[in-house]
Amino acid sequence: MPKVKIDGVEMEVPAGITVLQACELAGIEIPRFCYHERLSIAGNCRMCLVEIKPGPPKPQASCALPVADKQEIFTQTPMVQKARNGVMEFLLINHPLDCPICDQGGECDLQDQAMGYGFDRSRFHENKRAVPDKELGPLVKTSMNRCIHCTRCIRFATEVAGVEELGATGRGESMEVTTYVEHALSTELAGNLVDLCPVGALTSKPYAFEARSWELSKTESVDVMDALGSNIRIDTRGAQVMRVLPRLNDEVNEEWISDKTRHAIDGLRHQRLDRPYVRRGGKLVEATWDEAFGAIEAKLKGLDGTKVAAITGDQCDAESMVALKDLMTALGSPSVDCRQDGAKLEAGVRGSYIFNAGVHGIDKADAILLIGSDPRRESPVLNARLRKRYLSGHCVIATIGPAADLTYPAERLGAGPATLRDLVDGKLGFLEKLKAAKHPLIVVGMGALARADGAAVLALARDLAEQLKAVRADWNGFAVLHTAAARVAGLDLGLVPGEGGRDVAGILAGCEKREIDVVYLLAADELDMGRLGKAFVIYQGHHGDAGAHRADVVLPGAAYTEKPGTYVNTEGRVQLGQRAGYPPGDARQDWAVLRALSERLEKTLPYDSLEQVRARLVAVNPSFAVLDRQAAGAWGEFGKGGAVSDAPFVSPVANFYMTCPISRASRTMADCTASRVQLMAAE
Amino acid sequence: MLSDKDRIFTNLYGAHDWHLAGARARGAWDNTKAILDRGPDGIIDEMKKSGLRGRGGAGFPTGLKWSFMPKEVKDRPHYLIVNADESEPGTCKDRDILRHDPHLFIEGCLVAGFAMRANAGYIYVRGEFYNEAQNLIAAIREAYEAGLLGKNACGSGWDFDLYVHRGAGAYICGEETALLESLEGKKGMPRLKPPFPAGAGLYGCPSTVNNVESIAVAPTILRRGAAWFAGIGRPNNTGTKLFCISGHVNKPCNVEEEMGIPLRELIDRHAGGVRGGWDNLLAVIPGGASVPLLPKSICDTVLMDFDSLRDQKSGLGTAAVIVMDKSTDLVKAIARLSYFYKHESCGQCTPCREGTGWMWRVMERMVTGNARIEEIDALEEVTRQVEGHTICALGDAAAWPIQGLIRHFRPEMERRIRARTEKLAAE
Repeated sequence: MPKVKIDGVEMEVPAGITVLQACELAGIEIPRFCYHERLSIAGNCRMCLVEIKPGPPKPQASCALPVADKQEIFTQTPMVQKARNGVMEFLLINHPLDCPICDQGGECDLQDQAMGYGFDRSRFHENKRAVPDKELGPLVKTSMNRCIHCTRCIRFATEVAGVEELGATGRGESMEVTTYVEHALSTELAGNLVDLCPVGALTSKPYAFEARSWELSKTESVDVMDALGSNIRIDTRGAQVMRVLPRLNDEVNEEWISDKTRHAIDGLRHQRLDRPYVRRGGKLVEATWDEAFGAIEAKLKGLDGTKVAAITGDQCDAESMVALKDLMTALGSPSVDCRQDGAKLEAGVRGSYIFNAGVHGIDKADAILLIGSDPRRESPVLNARLRKRYLSGHCVIATIGPAADLTYPAERLGAGPATLRDLVDGKLGFLEKLKAAKHPLIVVGMGALARADGAAVLALARDLAEQLKAVRADWNGFAVLHTAAARVAGLDLGLVPGEGGRDVAGILAGCEKREIDVVYLLAADELDMGRLGKAFVIYQGHHGDAGAHRADVVLPGAAYTEKPGTYVNTEGRVQLGQRAGYPPGDARQDWAVLRALSERLEKTLPYDSLEQVRARLVAVNPSFAVLDRQAAGAWGEFGKGGAVSDAPFVSPVANFYMTCPISRASRTMADCTASRVQLMAAE
Repeated sequence: MLSDKDRIFTNLYGAHDWHLAGARARGAWDNTKAILDRGPDGIIDEMKKSGLRGRGGAGFPTGLKWSFMPKEVKDRPHYLIVNADESEPGTCKDRDILRHDPHLFIEGCLVAGFAMRANAGYIYVRGEFYNEAQNLIAAIREAYEAGLLGKNACGSGWDFDLYVHRGAGAYICGEETALLESLEGKKGMPRLKPPFPAGAGLYGCPSTVNNVESIAVAPTILRRGAAWFAGIGRPNNTGTKLFCISGHVNKPCNVEEEMGIPLRELIDRHAGGVRGGWDNLLAVIPGGASVPLLPKSICDTVLMDFDSLRDQKSGLGTAAVIVMDKSTDLVKAIARLSYFYKHESCGQCTPCREGTGWMWRVMERMVTGNARIEEIDALEEVTRQVEGHTICALGDAAAWPIQGLIRHFRPEMERRIRARTEKLAAE
């Protein structure tokens, strides 16, 4: 390890890091604009200059300079001070003095650093540069006068998002960051540009002029828009969620979140269920909790448990799911299912339904096979991780499934299960590449499993994993990529049909044949409601979406920002979401609604507090006892051998921007959809 | 004064045939195999002994530069890159080499490429040099046909291919790493150093970027011996050099001269003297637009080489001598240079992007005196804030002419400001 002297203090630092990183290790903050840990080094802002001995008699950019043994680094000398003050002055001469009307105000790197290195008046007596604003789509608002040309946005779009659509035109002071020519960015990660921009040049369009950063209460929580479980911070003012920002978690989302995670939140203000409803004379009419519970009680009284069924939705917290399961058990119903889409995954063998390698395991994989998955649409942040793996080299990627632009080259072996069978049988050359890999990764998506022959496909994928020895003590390369945030928790809690129970297809068929009389939908909206027939439908959820429209009784629940909840992401990582605000009107936390209903039905659930429900979670499945950790699941027999059909795999996510009741209610997501349609039409 | 027998560029003025036959008659391609037979290390040693300093402007010892290339070709090929993007205002020496003596230069490419174990060379020609590039391409074709380039070049057993790439007219693409970026098809923006091109240059492979003149003199040095070259000029500033004399002289010209020739002798002997006589001289920019100017008092005695001009806080640069007599509006002249640098700044790094525009605008006001006296100090300080804080040397190049002006002609700037203030007060 090289020994360096930083401001007179000698220390050993890891070899290969930069001077800036070494200074950070020494606890010295180096001002910077263009440098970002997760992007390539540009070295263009010149703010991080330090003095180096031995070296030329001028300050050096510490962000780009590797540390060397016996180097002496000075961060506070007059030369360094003067250099930084000079750079700051240059940055400010053409930067408009519009902080009072700038959305970045209060969280602006330039503002902050100008306090340290700026001067209180200007020596620049010329006209300031004026730059036309750019159109970057419905999410990113531009004020290009404020741009300091750090090129973080360009590097993010090119490197992380994988869309080479941003660049700089012009030279010198005429340089402008822009797209060619003025069009929306075709990435699902555009919102991150706003976080990266150190000034107010790129700000959030939906959030424009909505709030000041210092007015907001900040709650650390977990996202439910896809199964990745991105770590987020929910910023609220009063009862309203104003914005969602990413939280740093290297193992999950690094520091990115998808546009849906960030911007679907305006859907939380629309189409909300804020009071119970009961269907009378064919119409849903407002009701009290008492009336709603009464209607349910009247229907269930004396009804045989086998005539009752329950389906849970894709964004449910584990607490409400365990409460529903317990209630159904008390009612004598074995027909409970958390797999709305009919995915042929079974509870029991945990290794069969989680992303065993973990998201961070992608970094290690050296051959990746995607089966029936379009990760770009199903989990853009995870897709960015795959791209990062591709960029770091020595990794082959292939896909069996829909043809899609994944932002990295992936060899498309075929469209459907037949290709997978051929691969397993050794008829495709790619098998050799997988076999040669030390850490092969097999990603199975819902497009491969949510179909009639899903169990057979799962069995094939298992065979492949066994054949490749992808599941062993030091590596588990069998990975299921879910699309539903609630799915793994549902399977962990055993929300699958019990002895003699029906799965989703069975429940719907039973409704049609009038063998099922009551269906309890816990925020389940992704079903063909027409097939519920004459069944009495209880819908508990937060949005007036498909389920509520069909329901006979509506019980208002809480959205993910409005309740403390436990979620298990696709990797099997148990994470806690926190309450950032209260549900609107009479709506209540979901487990509490179920607890209250159970009392009315005289099947009182044995828990009165959140702590007790969580204790119940642990009792059902001990994996809930460990938070924020990820480990491969137990391996065993799963899947069911059998014939596979010729039908190609189709990703369940047709439109990335609208996949759940919240995003469907979101105006911003509608704008994004329209923009994407327009973009595709233009191509 | 350089005697004719010591001239390297014997067809500088295009009086003779530039084709292969003509070049051979003047001594080019004469037993190149014998040079190559000395081996890469032998060639580099000889170049080091000759004391040749890079002719592109920075004056870095050429032999030393070549020796930075890895001693063995490993997994990545080596490249020779020649910088023929001659765009420094006042400079037109490479142009004459390309069009009048291309074979001398091509032979140099082979020798240099061989010395740095490169099998391919790229010549980045300034976009505006269309006819020059045509001559060069034709000459390369002749060399291929004569077996001087390509497989087993000159029978040496070494394969060497030479490619010509034409730029699109950006000054910054003459900066060596911006040139590499441009060659790779990217926007011409300088790279951060380290890594230096010898470690990771073109496409990440070991590369060395040399000026046309540095390459073109190499075969002659190797043929006539390092001692001969080192015997010309002054210690540490050896050899011959092409000077480009322009401006207010009676006969502007390019001329090959000994390093360290007195400036006055250079102008008087080769350029027919300053217009209106030596006493009519106001100032000289001795090395292309980016070096500080020298007032007449210094011009009287200064020697034209790297070290003596550095001692005068100027530089030899590309040895483009821009002569300005007393009719010159010096402030306006420097303001025009400031505009040039503002126009040619790539915009990558902050001090240059913002500073060049600022300096130019203040300079424009200085021309008319529309400023306050303190602003001269502010301007000087701005140049210091740009200088040494940028990724490449363009920031320095933009700052130095202004620093030179303020250092030597501050009274003139103050006079204009006072005159204007007084005039306004009188109105």
